[in-house]
Amino acid sequence: MRRAFIRTLVDLADSDERILLLTGDLGFTVVEPFADRFPGRFFNVGVAEQNLVGLATGLSESGLLPFVYSIATFVVMRAYEFIRNGPLAHGLPVRIIGVGGGFEYSYAGVTHYGVDDIGVMRVQPGLRIIAPADHEQAASALKATWQIAEPIYYRLGKDDVNAVPGLNGRFELDRAQTLGSGDDLLVLALGSVARQAAEAVGRLAAQGVSAGLIVVDTVNPPPVDQLRRALGAVPVAMTVEAHYLIGGLGSLVSEIVAEHGLRCRVVRCGVGTMPVGRIGSDACMSAQYGLSTEGLVESALRALS
Amino acid sequence: MIVSERDPTMSLTALARRIRRAVLEQSKRAGVGHIGSALSIVEIISALYGQVMRVSDPDDPDRDRFILSKGHAALALYAALRARGWMDDDTLSTYCSDRSLLGTHPDYRLSGIDFSTGSLGQGLSFGAGAALAARLQHSDRRVFVLVSDAECNEGSVWESVMFAAQHQLANLVAIVDVNGQQALDHTHRVLDLSPLETRWAAFGWRTHLVNGHHLDELLHALDQPTASGAPHVVVARTVFGKGVSFMEGQVRWHYMPMDDDEYLQALREVDR
Repeated sequence: MRRAFIRTLVDLADSDERILLLTGDLGFTVVEPFADRFPGRFFNVGVAEQNLVGLATGLSESGLLPFVYSIATFVVMRAYEFIRNGPLAHGLPVRIIGVGGGFEYSYAGVTHYGVDDIGVMRVQPGLRIIAPADHEQAASALKATWQIAEPIYYRLGKDDVNAVPGLNGRFELDRAQTLGSGDDLLVLALGSVARQAAEAVGRLAAQGVSAGLIVVDTVNPPPVDQLRRALGAVPVAMTVEAHYLIGGLGSLVSEIVAEHGLRCRVVRCGVGTMPVGRIGSDACMSAQYGLSTEGLVESALRALS
Repeated sequence: MIVSERDPTMSLTALARRIRRAVLEQSKRAGVGHIGSALSIVEIISALYGQVMRVSDPDDPDRDRFILSKGHAALALYAALRARGWMDDDTLSTYCSDRSLLGTHPDYRLSGIDFSTGSLGQGLSFGAGAALAARLQHSDRRVFVLVSDAECNEGSVWESVMFAAQHQLANLVAIVDVNGQQALDHTHRVLDLSPLETRWAAFGWRTHLVNGHHLDELLHALDQPTASGAPHVVVARTVFGKGVSFMEGQVRWHYMPMDDDEYLQALREVDR
C-alpha cells in the first residue's frame, strides 16, 4: 500500500511542483522513488515528528503541498498537538501519511502497532481520514483526494501485493465501497483486515448466512447517509478493524445506529486490550484478537445464534 | 506607523511607549494578566513592526512573516498592529471580550497575524517551514520567530533548531526573550539554560546577544544578512514587566491583573 501510494505521488508531483515529501527518517525502500526523482523536494527531517508536522504547517501556509511520512503511531501521537494546532487550527492542506495499521509492524511490538490512530484522529473536526483497504485503493484514493483543501490523514498498510477481492481499487470521495449485500448480517471493515472480512463473508455464505460487506475507507467525514441506509436494512452489523474497540469504526457505526434510532445490533471486532508482552506476526496477533478469517466467521455465527 | 528616516530611534521609542500604554489599558479594561510577559517584548515588537519587517500589506503572500511563539504576550502584538493601522481602536478594545478574535493568544484569522500560537514550542517549527518555503519559492522574504527563554524547555524547540541549522535557513531569525521568568518561578530555578546564546551557538546558529530594550542594538541584530549561511538568533536580555517598577522581575505579574491604584501608577511610569 505504501509503495503504491508513493508511486502515485511521484506521478502527481511530476505535474505539480507544490508537492513535497518529508519523512521522519522512515520509509527505507519506500520513499526512494520520490527522493531520487525530486531531490530538492524531499526532506528527511530526522527523528523529530513534532518538527515534521510543524514544518509542514509553515510550508503549506506559503502555498506548498507537503506530505509527511512516518509510522502511524509516531506521526499521530508524538505529533498530535502539532497536528491539532498546526494544519487543523489553520485549515491548511497538510497530508499526514501514517504507515502500519493494526499489527503490521508485527515483531516490532506495541510501540509500532497502529491500534489507536483512527480513534484519536477521528475526534478532530476538519480532518479527513482515509484508510485504504489495499494497495490498489491506496493509489486511487490519493488520486481522488490529493488536491482537497483540507488536511488529510492517510492510514496506510505495508502490503503491496494482496488485494481485497471484489474491490478492484475503487475509491469514491465521501463514500464507502459496498462489496456485497445480505439480509442476515452487514460486515463493515476498515483497513487491510477487509481482506479477512471478505473471506469471512464468503465462508458465511457457504454456511447459508446472507452477509453484506462494506469497506469503510473514508472514516472522516463519515458517509453517514450511506451507512445509515445500509445499517437500517439488517438486524446485525459487525465491524471489523485492527484497532482498539473504542474510537474507530465500531464506535462510528454505533454512533450512527444510536443517533438514527436504528434497530440493528452492533458487534465490534477489534483489539480489546493493549497488545503488550508476547509479540507475533500480523496474522498471529490478528488471530489473537479474533481478526483472522476464522475468528470473524466465529464472531458472526455467535452474533446470529 | 511611518518611521522618520531622519531619526528612526526616536519614532520607535514613541511606538514602544504607545504599545506599552496599550498593553496596560487593555489589560486593565479586560481584567486579565500576562502583563509582565507582554511588557518585556515591547521594544522587540517595536523594532520589528516599526522598522525591520518588510510588510507592505498583511495579506501580501510575499511579506516577511512573524510568529509570536510565546503567544501569551499577544497583547503587545495587537498594539503593534493597531499602530501599523492594520487594526482599529474598536477592534483592539474587544481584547478578551466575548466573540472577539483578540484572545490572550493570537489567532491567524486576525489580519496581521501570520500563525496562531498559544502552546509553547510550536512556533519555531512553523517558522522553519515558512523559511524553507521562501527558499523553495525563490523569495527573499524572512521569517521572525519570537520565543521565550522558558519556552526553550520544550524539546520541540530544539528539533526545529537542529533542522534550521542543518538546512542553513539564513532567512530564519529567532528572537529569544530572556526575561528570566516563567509561570511559577525564575527560569534559573526551574531549568537553568543559561547561557542560552552558547547553547544556540553550539547548535550552529549565528548568535547576537543584545539588550532587549535597546532599540539600536535590536535593529542592528535583527537586520542581519539573510541570503545565505546559518540561521540567526537574537538573544535579547529583557526585564520582565519592563517599564512598571512594581512589576519588574516579579513572578506574580505573569498572571495577575492590576487593581485601580496599580493601574494608575503603571500609567504614570510608562508615560514618563
